[in-house]
Amino acid sequence: MLNIKKLNVVVGDKKILNDFSLDINDGEIHAIMGPNGTGKSTLSKVILGNKNYEVVSGDIKFNKKSIIGLSTDEISRLGIFVSFQNPISIEGVQNSEFLKTAINSRRENAIGLFEFVKEIKEKAKELDFPEEMIHRAINVGASGGERKKNEVLQLELLEPSFIILDELDSGLDVDSLRKVCDGINKYLKDHPKTSVLIITHYPRILEYIKPQFVHMMVCGKIVKTGGYKLAFDIEKLGYSDASIISGEEVHE
Amino acid sequence: MEITGLNPQNIKKISEIKHEEQWVLDFRLKSYELFKKLEMPTFGPKFDLDFNKVIYYKSQDKGINSNWEKIDNNIKCEFQSLGVIDSEKYMDGIGVQYESEVIYHNMIEELVEKKVIFTSIEMAMKQYPDLVKKYFSKIVSSADNKLAALNGAVFSGGSFIYIPPNTTLDRPLQSYFRINSRGMGQFERTLIIVDDNSHLHYVEGCTAPTYSDSSLHAAVVEIYVGKNSTCRYSTVQNWAPNVLNLVTKRAVVEENGVMEWIDGNIGSKATMKYPACILKGDNSSGTCITISVATHEQQQDSGARMIHIGKNTSSTIISKSIARLGGNATYRGKVDIKESAINSKAIVKCDSLILDKDSKSDAYPTNICRTSLSNLEHEATVSRISEDNLFYLMSRGISEEKATELIILGFIERFREELPMEYAVELNQLLKRMI
Repeated sequence: MLNIKKLNVVVGDKKILNDFSLDINDGEIHAIMGPNGTGKSTLSKVILGNKNYEVVSGDIKFNKKSIIGLSTDEISRLGIFVSFQNPISIEGVQNSEFLKTAINSRRENAIGLFEFVKEIKEKAKELDFPEEMIHRAINVGASGGERKKNEVLQLELLEPSFIILDELDSGLDVDSLRKVCDGINKYLKDHPKTSVLIITHYPRILEYIKPQFVHMMVCGKIVKTGGYKLAFDIEKLGYSDASIISGEEVHE
Repeated sequence: MEITGLNPQNIKKISEIKHEEQWVLDFRLKSYELFKKLEMPTFGPKFDLDFNKVIYYKSQDKGINSNWEKIDNNIKCEFQSLGVIDSEKYMDGIGVQYESEVIYHNMIEELVEKKVIFTSIEMAMKQYPDLVKKYFSKIVSSADNKLAALNGAVFSGGSFIYIPPNTTLDRPLQSYFRINSRGMGQFERTLIIVDDNSHLHYVEGCTAPTYSDSSLHAAVVEIYVGKNSTCRYSTVQNWAPNVLNLVTKRAVVEENGVMEWIDGNIGSKATMKYPACILKGDNSSGTCITISVATHEQQQDSGARMIHIGKNTSSTIISKSIARLGGNATYRGKVDIKESAINSKAIVKCDSLILDKDSKSDAYPTNICRTSLSNLEHEATVSRISEDNLFYLMSRGISEEKATELIILGFIERFREELPMEYAVELNQLLKRMI
């Protein structure tokens, strides 16, 4: 599904991704853990083609085709979805208008109003996302938790085949986290070929959405790859010690 | 027949054609004398204008059109050209059910039954001279400014509305119930009287592009809001790029009265328009929500004026300007809280959105508070379309173009939500086509 090969990315003269490689197959769940400022969130923006980041060398292939140089909306329409760490608010732009436009951007015929309203109401209810927020401007006056639920609502409506969850648990209390993760798990059950990349500091979220692969990222590259257990070694030992424990398969 | 150039002979000719009474002609000639004395405004956009080359009158083929068949067609064409009919399909036909004929007939019946007068200003001068004389040019006098004087000299067309005391109309009164033929409406003079304890929402014009042969539009709108009455005047105008749109709009508001201007300015070569509320009565209030869009060298100089005289008066000005492709959208406004206006409050909020580096937006606010017992707030923002906002919308598959459109429509949401449904839809279409 997603193949990143020797990717080097800079912002100005600062190198952010350093010979970064990662392969994710259909239906796999991966997690990337790493200390602050190691380029985890950059990765999701680079995958989405954010123009503030310059790809110096390397390639990102999605379903065997390079997506480097595509515009952000084109990449999104290929089926890549990022749930952002800090979803912004946009004054004046109504959520429902935004969602309808996003849905229609990937359809030949515009979605019927009735169908749209029905779907959005159902999904909002499942997530415990307040219905009146649908008619408000995007995330204006919304709490951190509501913003994250809005991300997942968008995810469910846009039906991506590859999902990046960037610090999904930040801003969510335990109940909301469970609700949101239940929603995602249900989505994955209904869409078994969908792959997920979870970007996180803490292993807590991995208890809800269980990855088969855990990668440790330091200074713009993956330094160690292991199974589910690695996440808890990192939690126990910290990033510097975890990188030297033996018995784990080392990436490349 | 066409009358070009400004002189007493031409003014007499216009008056003759309209079979006006002596007092109207006298008013025209007096206005002409004032016009000669007054100077052009020293502020605002600069442009060349030769008053002797302007067409001041053009004869009509037909009289005032009250034939719905014709009007219906017009509106249909205009709506079609704006894609409103398509957008109705897009909306699954929910919401906008435009039962024009039904609305029209109901409206006419309602007006007759409630003794509302809705006619042209010329007609009103003949049929209701006393009523007209009581208010005409009392709110905007010809001595006010050069362009108001010009209008006084050559006015043609425009609406006259009288709402009797204790009267409320079920739906907004719309100007296209009285459509003028092309060529009229360059110097229209509108007089609206909302008598005590009454309510009016008047919607003027249509957002269809207003092409005109003449390059000058100098209208005057006078509104009187009686005690405990409310008047809302909504308009969205889209002028052809050769038009100079220089308009004086003013309302006087009596005790407990409410006046609201909802004013959209799109198109034209240059616009100077500052709807005003004179808050004369105690507890009266005024609002002006205005948007202006300046594009391709256009100069939109707009804003509002709020003059507080009565006690406990309040006013709100919300101005939204968008400048793009070398346009200049400027806010110019004045709030004057007089010494007598104790316990009053005024809020001014002007926001501008500048879409590229060739465009500009200035603000010239004049805020005066002459009593320490009143309160005046001013807030202003200037912004560009944020990259973060664009990236977020695009990350959901929305093209850059469409995302920009959503953000711009979002910027003027406060204005759109004040418009009647079908106008809001039209405005959307209009702005979408511009972007």
